[in-house]
Amino acid sequence: MNAPSRLSLPRPLASLAHAQRGRVAAVDWQRLTAPEARRLRELGLDEGVEVELVRKPGWLGGPMACRIGRMTVALRRHVAQAIHIAPAG
Amino acid sequence: MNPAPLVALVGNPNAGKSALFNALTGARQKVGNYPGVTVERHSGRMALPDGRPVELVDLPGTYSLDPSSPDERVTRDVVMGKQQGERLPDALIVVIDASNLDNHLRFALQLIQLGLPIVIALNMVDLAERDGLTLDVAVLEAELGVPVVPTVAVRKRGLDDLRARLADAVRSGALKVRPGGGVQHDIVVLQRRARQIATAATVSETAVRRWTHRLDAVALHPIAGPALLLGLLFVMFQAVFSWAKPPQDAIEIGFGWLQQLAVTGLPAGFLRDFLTQGILAGVGAVIVFLPQILILFAFILVLEASGYMVRAAFLMDRLMATVGLSGRAFIPLLSSFACAVPGIMATRTIDDEKDRLTTILIAPLMTCSARWPVYTLVIAAMIPDTRLLPLVHLQGLVMFALLLIGVIGAYGVALVLRRTVTRGVSSGFMMEMPKYQWPRLSDVVLGLWQRAWIFLKRAGTTIALTVALLWVLASYPIAPAGVKQSEYSIAGHIASGIEVVVKPIGFNHDIALALLPAMAAREAAVAAIGTVYAVDNPDDDAGQAKVVDQLRHRWSLATALAFLMWFVFAPQCISTIAVTRRETNGWKWPLFMVGYLFSLAYIAAGATYWTAVAFGL
Repeated sequence: MNAPSRLSLPRPLASLAHAQRGRVAAVDWQRLTAPEARRLRELGLDEGVEVELVRKPGWLGGPMACRIGRMTVALRRHVAQAIHIAPAG
Repeated sequence: MNPAPLVALVGNPNAGKSALFNALTGARQKVGNYPGVTVERHSGRMALPDGRPVELVDLPGTYSLDPSSPDERVTRDVVMGKQQGERLPDALIVVIDASNLDNHLRFALQLIQLGLPIVIALNMVDLAERDGLTLDVAVLEAELGVPVVPTVAVRKRGLDDLRARLADAVRSGALKVRPGGGVQHDIVVLQRRARQIATAATVSETAVRRWTHRLDAVALHPIAGPALLLGLLFVMFQAVFSWAKPPQDAIEIGFGWLQQLAVTGLPAGFLRDFLTQGILAGVGAVIVFLPQILILFAFILVLEASGYMVRAAFLMDRLMATVGLSGRAFIPLLSSFACAVPGIMATRTIDDEKDRLTTILIAPLMTCSARWPVYTLVIAAMIPDTRLLPLVHLQGLVMFALLLIGVIGAYGVALVLRRTVTRGVSSGFMMEMPKYQWPRLSDVVLGLWQRAWIFLKRAGTTIALTVALLWVLASYPIAPAGVKQSEYSIAGHIASGIEVVVKPIGFNHDIALALLPAMAAREAAVAAIGTVYAVDNPDDDAGQAKVVDQLRHRWSLATALAFLMWFVFAPQCISTIAVTRRETNGWKWPLFMVGYLFSLAYIAAGATYWTAVAFGL
């Protein structure tokens, strides 16, 4: 895929389109509480991991779902906002 | 003789641990509790190929040795030999999902570092193959340094091999060391190593559109998802009331036949009356609800085993977040519609203490099956069966309204609690959504059997005793002619004392008398009302129709409505109070729960009564 370089800048996880894939470029661990950060790591999310958006957050601000490896994980919006994605090359 | 070697099953949630446990032990299982904590201990017996018996325990699923909930703490403490009431296991069976190696190997690596003999069950290899994943077991064994056995627990594949490798592991257990030191706790380091191993062991991997993805496209859809959930809940509650009818009729006929048998077979007197009016009438009034409870639990067990329940939690999260809870609370609250006791126990999966406490405190507001007998009887007697619309009857509508008042009440209470006594940062909602799978019939049947047994035991002990005691207290001393037995007896005098307190909210002497045994279990109220009329009219046979008739004469509509409203809120269940004490480790929270619920019940019943009277009912 020859995406323009502008688009390969990291952007928030929630801004991926439905079923779009990306690679975790950075996680702003400071924005998360210690238990949240640990649970997120336990679910396998970390820098460099490939993720796919399964369900965008609802209109009323419900949780979102993404796939990490072969696992589907539910996240709330504020956690998703700490995750920055670079489009998968 | 030494006790049988202890083997613990450990692994991530959703690795198929319980299915493997069921496959290895069959029906030879025991459910107990770890002392001091309220985590259930599932244990069972299995035999090794050489005939030696082994005790197998199924530990709660967890992601690492750094626990965040009471359940996960037990898992860590058992494998480290620090759990009170449990010896250090002689070996571990670590269960990992073959199609989720990256994640599950991380915990396996931590467990291997403990130094206990280990066998790894590479579970659900069939699903991994279906997903286009081919793994090299020899590479896994070489990298991990422990035996790895491919298994399919639900099809009982690989179990012989697993038993054989376990026999070797248990034999080598002579060198057992108490684990503790040298365990890597840095998730990032473990994760990196897990990925390396997973990549090395993966022979080929083709991207296949999996069933789980297709189903999730519907189940998590912003419109189709909630519609599906509502549809499922509707079918569930519909089934509870319509499918249960034939078996319920059969149970009623059975108890009627038993009473008839006692009447014809025994000489008239204390023993006969005690058996027929006391025990059989009381216990029968309760057991009649067994079919409804089993249908509700069957739905819950199937939804849980299929993997749908977590999707329901996902959909409910937004709604729960408004009152400071998370979607996780939905699962225990749904179970509480059957019974608050397993509902409250199911809150253990909620890792945040305050979230969990709030959920426990509102669980009794879900309309549990013990209220159904009370609602059914009073509604049948006092509410006309008018048809309002096709398929909508006034009686059904009142029942639904009572259910809804409980839910809305719980919602309001949670809102207030999360801003006062259980104030705190919301713990959020981060959850793995398991793959969908067909629930196995034998697992569902086993779960149902365990629930049915608990219910029957309760009917045969708590309820039978309460009803028997009430019958004796209500029958003696025998009233002189012209005085009502229910007022002259010991129970009548106690009720007169209660009546002083509940008269302002429209309750009469009969209700005051019924409230006392209902403290032990709500459904005892129905039995108590029946007993009151039986002792007042000793020559009548106290059938359900007679009780309905009597209610119409003795209660006003305003009183009946107030009585129903009381039962929406009142914490009349010893078991719920006891389980709350156990789950919260003390008397503070159960007392708080009883206090706030009785206050709400009094206010709600009073407001209903006064409003109804003002409208001339």
